[in-house]
Amino acid sequence: MPKVTVDGIEVEVDASATVLQACEQAGAEIPRFCYHERLSIAGNCRMCLVEVERAPKPVASCAQPVNDGMVVHTKTEAVKRAREGVMEFLLINHPLDCPICDQGGECDLQDQAMGYGIDSNRYGENKRAVEDKDMGPLISTTMTRCIHCTRCVRFITEVSGVPELGATGRGEDMEITTYLEKALSSELQGNVIDLCPVGALTSKPYAFTARPWELKKTETIDVMDAMGSNIRVDSRGREVMRVMPRVNEAINEEWISDKTRFIWDGLKTQRLDRPYVREDGKLRVATWDEAFEKIAEKVASTTPDKMAAIAGDLADVESMKALKDLMVSLGVTNLDCRQDGAKIGTAGRGSYIFNSGIEAIEEADALLVIGSNPRLEAPVLNARIRKQWTKGGFPIGVIGEDADLTYPTDYLGAGTDTLKQIIDGSHPFARVMDVAENPMIIMGQGALTREDGEAVLSATIAYAKSAGVIKDGWNGFNVLHTAAARVGGLDLGFLPGEEGRDTQGILDGASAGALDLVFLLGADEIETKYLGNAFVVYQGTHGDAGAHRADVILPGAAYTEKSGLYVNTEGRVQMAKRAAFPPGDAREDWAILRALSATLGKVLPYDSLRDLRAALYEEVPHLATLDELTSADVPEGAATGTMAATPFSNAIKDFYMTNPIARASKVMADCAALANDTDKGATGTHG
Amino acid sequence: MSVRRLDANQPDSFEFTPENIEWSKKQMEKYPEGRQASAVIPMLWQAQKQEGWVSEPAIEVIADMLGMAKIRVLEVATFYTMFNLSPVGKHFVQLCGTTPCWLRGADDLKDVCRKHIGDPNTVSDDGQLSWMEVECLGACSNAPMVQINDDYYEDLTAENFAQILEDLRAGREVKPGPQTDRKGSEPLGTLTSLTTPITAEGAE
Repeated sequence: MPKVTVDGIEVEVDASATVLQACEQAGAEIPRFCYHERLSIAGNCRMCLVEVERAPKPVASCAQPVNDGMVVHTKTEAVKRAREGVMEFLLINHPLDCPICDQGGECDLQDQAMGYGIDSNRYGENKRAVEDKDMGPLISTTMTRCIHCTRCVRFITEVSGVPELGATGRGEDMEITTYLEKALSSELQGNVIDLCPVGALTSKPYAFTARPWELKKTETIDVMDAMGSNIRVDSRGREVMRVMPRVNEAINEEWISDKTRFIWDGLKTQRLDRPYVREDGKLRVATWDEAFEKIAEKVASTTPDKMAAIAGDLADVESMKALKDLMVSLGVTNLDCRQDGAKIGTAGRGSYIFNSGIEAIEEADALLVIGSNPRLEAPVLNARIRKQWTKGGFPIGVIGEDADLTYPTDYLGAGTDTLKQIIDGSHPFARVMDVAENPMIIMGQGALTREDGEAVLSATIAYAKSAGVIKDGWNGFNVLHTAAARVGGLDLGFLPGEEGRDTQGILDGASAGALDLVFLLGADEIETKYLGNAFVVYQGTHGDAGAHRADVILPGAAYTEKSGLYVNTEGRVQMAKRAAFPPGDAREDWAILRALSATLGKVLPYDSLRDLRAALYEEVPHLATLDELTSADVPEGAATGTMAATPFSNAIKDFYMTNPIARASKVMADCAALANDTDKGATGTHG
Repeated sequence: MSVRRLDANQPDSFEFTPENIEWSKKQMEKYPEGRQASAVIPMLWQAQKQEGWVSEPAIEVIADMLGMAKIRVLEVATFYTMFNLSPVGKHFVQLCGTTPCWLRGADDLKDVCRKHIGDPNTVSDDGQLSWMEVECLGACSNAPMVQINDDYYEDLTAENFAQILEDLRAGREVKPGPQTDRKGSEPLGTLTSLTTPITAEGAE
């Protein structure tokens, strides 16, 4: 490996490293605008100039490969002068409107101008004017601020895989734009806001609402999909102002999806902030005691076999644990956390998690996607698949709906017939999986929520074991969930007990009059019209489907308002933290259930979250290992039932409308309207 | 140079002629499989030859043919000033206004253009002529000069240039090259250097 001396410090670096990387390794800080370690190298901002001995001119370190014996200086007077020159050129056409710019306070140009800017202007001409571009409802543009680093263009083209941004014109007339100013369609477009080193691309919904130094930053976990992306929630007072990504190489690298980033306006609208009880067919505001008494009355007159509980997609493990304990103490066995009716969770843990882990996608050399559209179900995970595809030698086969996943795929077929051909080896793609060193299967909920879901699952597991997808040292059998609460619920065993009903059974029972009381813990994704005449208790955050049907509403806390455990699709346990308090009388969910248990006379044996977690860890020990992957055995696929020939249909139809918070968000509604607008001439100003 | 945008008035569609489709296929075959985007500049050029300018439908047709994102083709089309993004006249005059031509009277030629054609970058009412000022076309020894479609017209004066424009408009034949009696870029009048004969012993 080449040895490089940076400012007198000798470091040994990778042969493929650049001078900039060598400098970083030696601890020298290099200013930059265009260089980004997750994007291709452009080398066009020239801010990273360094002096290399025996080189005639200053060298752009980001684009210069290292050589053995290179001697680099980053702190000399010549380097400083060179960078000052670059900065002066950059500022010639930059408007210097920091006081009215949303990037102010977190702007790379502002920060670096402190180090390399000069205090006067030698340029007497007019600055150039650039028309602002309309990029849709998420990104606000002020193109006079653009310094043409092209990070946004490279991100949209390389990472998101939807090449819609480009730089037209040349020289002074270069402009960043979408093709004919159509709105961007990528589900990851919000990341260009973070990438933009200046205030050219800023967040439209967040525009002019806060300054970064006023915000309280809380590092927490996202629940919009089952990835558990690491996020930072910025809040001011009780209000969540924005959501930003955090770096976690194993999960989301440093990207988040647009739903994760722009969901926050949904946290402020349609909120349940007081308990309600239904009287004479109308909901009225009530006190907590009234609400609890009403439930207690109903529970007292109902036998356990006529009660049921469904946990929703955004529930934390603690509240599911409290609800489960409460239900078990009442003798209720009709429990389910699988709102979508997926036929999983009854076999071992390995049959329902993303066993390899998200990071291991970069080790796979063949991929079979069954009944899933990862682009909509987990956009950031899809970007990881794309990343692996761009490295080459990564054939991807798809069984299910043929969708544009942002990378080319072999479309194999629509349903179980094709799956059977893969399993018996008669399909050409079976050969691809056989010869692969680390083959991977991603099963979506589209393949598991069917009547024959169990048969599809066990057949696929059996195939995975025979085809080397599951073998010593490699487990590429992966289930991709769509709900943040799902794996936690399954780990906890929030499932039908003996002779208990599952979600479908509960709905059937309720509409047939066999169930008298249904407890919904944030469950809004079910067909509430099938709840019949049952007495419905809804505990949740938003006035959505469940609350509209409820007889008693208990206002809970959203994911940014409580500390809670979430298990992502990999089975990785992560803890969300409270960024703001719940509105009005709303309380943390476990505490509501604990209080309710006292009214019902079945006091839960924990008085604090700490006690609850202790009980939880005792019951499910692996939940105590935070932020780590624990390997799980995949049980033998015992063939149960036969597979129907109906094609797989994907779990997510409308990416922007998958949960109650998203449905309360105006920004998400705008995005959904735009995405559903078949008229390709839509410009983003619609809605 | 100025900001280059697609024309506000665009045709509904664009289609290559059958010959041009054949030609395009040959261009695309020059490059290895998956690298067809390399043919984008020749294809845009051919579209311009066919229509006189590059329209939005043409950009989209070429993007489809080459498997490129539309924005990538738009980037190329707006980068190179040789691509006309607005319609041009049947006879498209590119007038050199760079220093040598300017010193030799390019301003007079501009006046002729204004008088006989109209404002720059607008097509004359009869659709026959349009003109624009360009930078050096590399024929400085025959300054001032213009390029009309594929040919250079050199050693121009206001009079003979006006005549050329009117001849073109009327469909009469015109002679490309120097408009005086000199050949190519040989000296005007007699030789002023290299006047002594060269013998076997060398120059005297």
